[in-house]
Amino acid sequence: MMNYFPDEVLEHVFDFVTSHRDRNAVSLVCKLWYRVERFSRQRVFIGNCYAISPERLIDRFPGVKALTLKGKPHFADFNLVPQDWGGYVQPWIEALARSRIGLEELRLKRMVVSDESLDVLSRSFTNFKSLVLVSCEGFTTDGLEAIAANCRFLRELDLQENEIEEKKNLWLGCFPDSCTSLVSLNFACLKEINLVALERLVARNPNLKSLKLNRAVPLEALQRILMRAPQLVDLGTGSFVLDRDSDDSETYRKLRGTILKCRSIRNLSGFLEVAPRCLPAIYPICLNLTYLNLSYAAGIHGSELIKLIRLCGKLQRLWILDYIGDKGLEIVASTCKDLQELRVFPSDPFGAGHAAVTETGLVAISSGCPKLNSLLYFCQQMTNAALIAVAKNCPNFIRFRLCILDPTKPDPVTMQPLDEGFGAIVQSSKRLRRLSLSGLLTDRVFLYIGMYAEQLEMLSIAFAGESDKGMLYVLNGCKKLRKLEIRDSPFGDMALLRDVGKYETMRSLWMSSCDVTLGGCKTLAKQMPRLNVEIINENDQMEFAHEDSQKVEKMYLYRTLVGPRKDAPEFVWTLV
Amino acid sequence: MSPPLLSAEEEGGQSNVSLVSSSSTMDCISQSGSGLKERNYLGLSDCSSVDSSAVSSLSEEKKNNLNLRATELRLGLPGSQSPEREPELCLLKSGKPDEKPLFPLLPSKEGICSSSQKNVVSGNKRGFSDTMDGFSEVKSSMYTEGNWMFQTASDSEAPQSVGQGKFSGNSGMNVALSPRPSGAQPAIMKELPTKVLQQERPRGTNGTSHNPKTASNNNNSSAPAPKAQVVGWPPIRSFRKNSLATTSKNNDEVDGKPGPGALFVKVSMDGAPYLRKVDLRTYATYQELSSALEKMFSCFTLGQCGSQGAPGREMLSESKLRDLLHGSEYVLTYEDKDGDWMLVGDVPWEMFIDSCKRLKIMKGSDAIGLAPRAMEKSRNRN
Repeated sequence: MMNYFPDEVLEHVFDFVTSHRDRNAVSLVCKLWYRVERFSRQRVFIGNCYAISPERLIDRFPGVKALTLKGKPHFADFNLVPQDWGGYVQPWIEALARSRIGLEELRLKRMVVSDESLDVLSRSFTNFKSLVLVSCEGFTTDGLEAIAANCRFLRELDLQENEIEEKKNLWLGCFPDSCTSLVSLNFACLKEINLVALERLVARNPNLKSLKLNRAVPLEALQRILMRAPQLVDLGTGSFVLDRDSDDSETYRKLRGTILKCRSIRNLSGFLEVAPRCLPAIYPICLNLTYLNLSYAAGIHGSELIKLIRLCGKLQRLWILDYIGDKGLEIVASTCKDLQELRVFPSDPFGAGHAAVTETGLVAISSGCPKLNSLLYFCQQMTNAALIAVAKNCPNFIRFRLCILDPTKPDPVTMQPLDEGFGAIVQSSKRLRRLSLSGLLTDRVFLYIGMYAEQLEMLSIAFAGESDKGMLYVLNGCKKLRKLEIRDSPFGDMALLRDVGKYETMRSLWMSSCDVTLGGCKTLAKQMPRLNVEIINENDQMEFAHEDSQKVEKMYLYRTLVGPRKDAPEFVWTLV
Repeated sequence: MSPPLLSAEEEGGQSNVSLVSSSSTMDCISQSGSGLKERNYLGLSDCSSVDSSAVSSLSEEKKNNLNLRATELRLGLPGSQSPEREPELCLLKSGKPDEKPLFPLLPSKEGICSSSQKNVVSGNKRGFSDTMDGFSEVKSSMYTEGNWMFQTASDSEAPQSVGQGKFSGNSGMNVALSPRPSGAQPAIMKELPTKVLQQERPRGTNGTSHNPKTASNNNNSSAPAPKAQVVGWPPIRSFRKNSLATTSKNNDEVDGKPGPGALFVKVSMDGAPYLRKVDLRTYATYQELSSALEKMFSCFTLGQCGSQGAPGREMLSESKLRDLLHGSEYVLTYEDKDGDWMLVGDVPWEMFIDSCKRLKIMKGSDAIGLAPRAMEKSRNRN
């Protein structure tokens, strides 16, 4: 019946289909739908920039306006991927520019971005509106100058946790006076900023809703900025300290008065440095907050932290340092009844014996916050009993990431592995999509995962398992698995090669310090031409031992439609 | 086994002296005890078994000291052990040139490599020679840092690098010196980097149980080293790690207040020409703080610190200082968050460091009007 509708009607219907996966599904129904869908697609998500080429993207989706690209594998975040591995955005921007694509939004994660790329980007797309860079590197403030100066309709510039070389402190001043369209600006990852330019920019951009400052913005400036932008919804304070020569009480009074007017703030972050006696200035807005990120606020702890938390009754997302302690988490549990996402980061990652948070805090949270569905928890220890309790209290986990700082630590009470605890989690949270394991774990936990984690898409394994069986349970059982990353676990060729077709159903597989051998990887590469099997060998460079029996230090494989990449560095060897 | 006997005698002999001097912290250089001290070191340095016996005898001496101390009016809870004094810190902190030459002199005298660590200490008052552990800890930490001054600055730096350096330096010590009396623990705690001390704090406040501290100390020394060496564990983005390290450093500089690694507050003393700063996080109890401050400010009270005076004079100075600081002459006060000046010692330690903005050693006469002394309060409570 649908075949008798004109294309425009189909298109109109497809407009309501927004998620990538749904649109991908739509395009598989029939050739007509494939055609209509591809010409009407505006938002494209590419989870691995080496799975496809820019040319093929442009060919299939000529109307693309918003592109998301991800580059390096996730473990690059933890220094497991050497510099210069790859993930360059330059070819993408050049290709899009050449083809006169009307690009408006670009979102990059873990990619290498150069000043030249930013320059080309800024000059090639007249309607360019939004640039979001997450965990990227390779550019300097010169590139930001180009973006500021040339993107006349820029609405969003969001720099999250990038490594940016700061040259001159001029880029903010490069926004022309005619730039009045900014909605979102985040430069928290920079160290310097031109305060005068910042205040003028905020003053002439009345639609600004999201502003995240860096540590170079003191309280006095924050107060002046908030005066100009009481409409903010999303605020990242920079420092929360006073300039040394300012009049403390006067500034505080003004700040408090200004903040009182900022009734729209729902998301609060920053506090990169804190003068605790100024904290009460934000108390009035705490009860409106739905997202509070204090994970960089090393200066807020103890009673001040608790006081703050007690006021935030509507919190849905809380990111915090483990200063909060188990007791503090109990207070969170009794205060934040709507809590859905909790992230507890370690304040002291390499310290031993400082029991900041333990299983007690987590159990308290789970019993007080039954809506909890997303967790990242760094802790000293965990018990099976606690995990079982958490599983019972919170059956709605979508993301569950537990990191015990000592990666092979057993249950300290029973001295048992944590298999049963994690088993309980996967069994009870039927919608679990992402899981990270830690602690002492045998093959049994993988049996549970294979049996119960039917919706699991991403699994991170470190220092776990006993034999190939563990990996096999996962590969066999988790039908929706997309990303699997394993380090320091005893999985070898037998598991790797059992079901080679599985890897084409996944985005990628990372294995480092495991038992897979060069020969095993070669076999896999031979059998699966549409996988890039990359061996990263930092030590030997060109001098691989070429012994098939040799264990491979780091292997990263991913499905691709465009064969081995041409920009691989010397230490990356793509097997064919 | 003459050396231990010798040292035991020494201790016996010294204990008289040290009873007088033990509470004084000012002793920055070799004084009256220098002759005695040398013998002490020889005894201690002969072999580890000797060391431990010397150590245990020393701890007895300290217990003697403690009993005497317990009768003094001091800040802190009665009956808790006297913490080790920090060797050489006064020396280095005051930075008086006189004291520095002591360091190179002593190694050649001793001629033993481990004793080179004690060199730092041997210039100290006897109290520090009590446990070799404390000294070696101090030495290694100080030598790692260059001198104590540097240590304060670097305390707030990237914890992991500091920790690594120190842990590897100390782990050997800890293992060798495990049968330490608990009395020795606090000083060692203090000497270890701030990070470790933070970790120790929950245990430290419990006070006296030996094993957990040793265990934890050993944990601290042995566990972090392997952990820190595992690449990419724990899984935290480097951006976050670096940012936290920078933040803690800046917090320290900016407000003198909270930072994960250190909690520096100013300490002033009536009549002293300049102020000092202490890191409250390096102490777990009021007594530790109090004795640290004694050491710090004894220089001012008695004038020239480090002058190579005659033994007699030194003894006198020590006793005078003790009277000054522990008698009725001075009290320790702090300014809390509300700006009020309070007597130190009333509230639990955790609460205290949470609210303390700065410290002041006031003359007793000025302190009239502050709350009744903590000792009496806690005695009443107990």
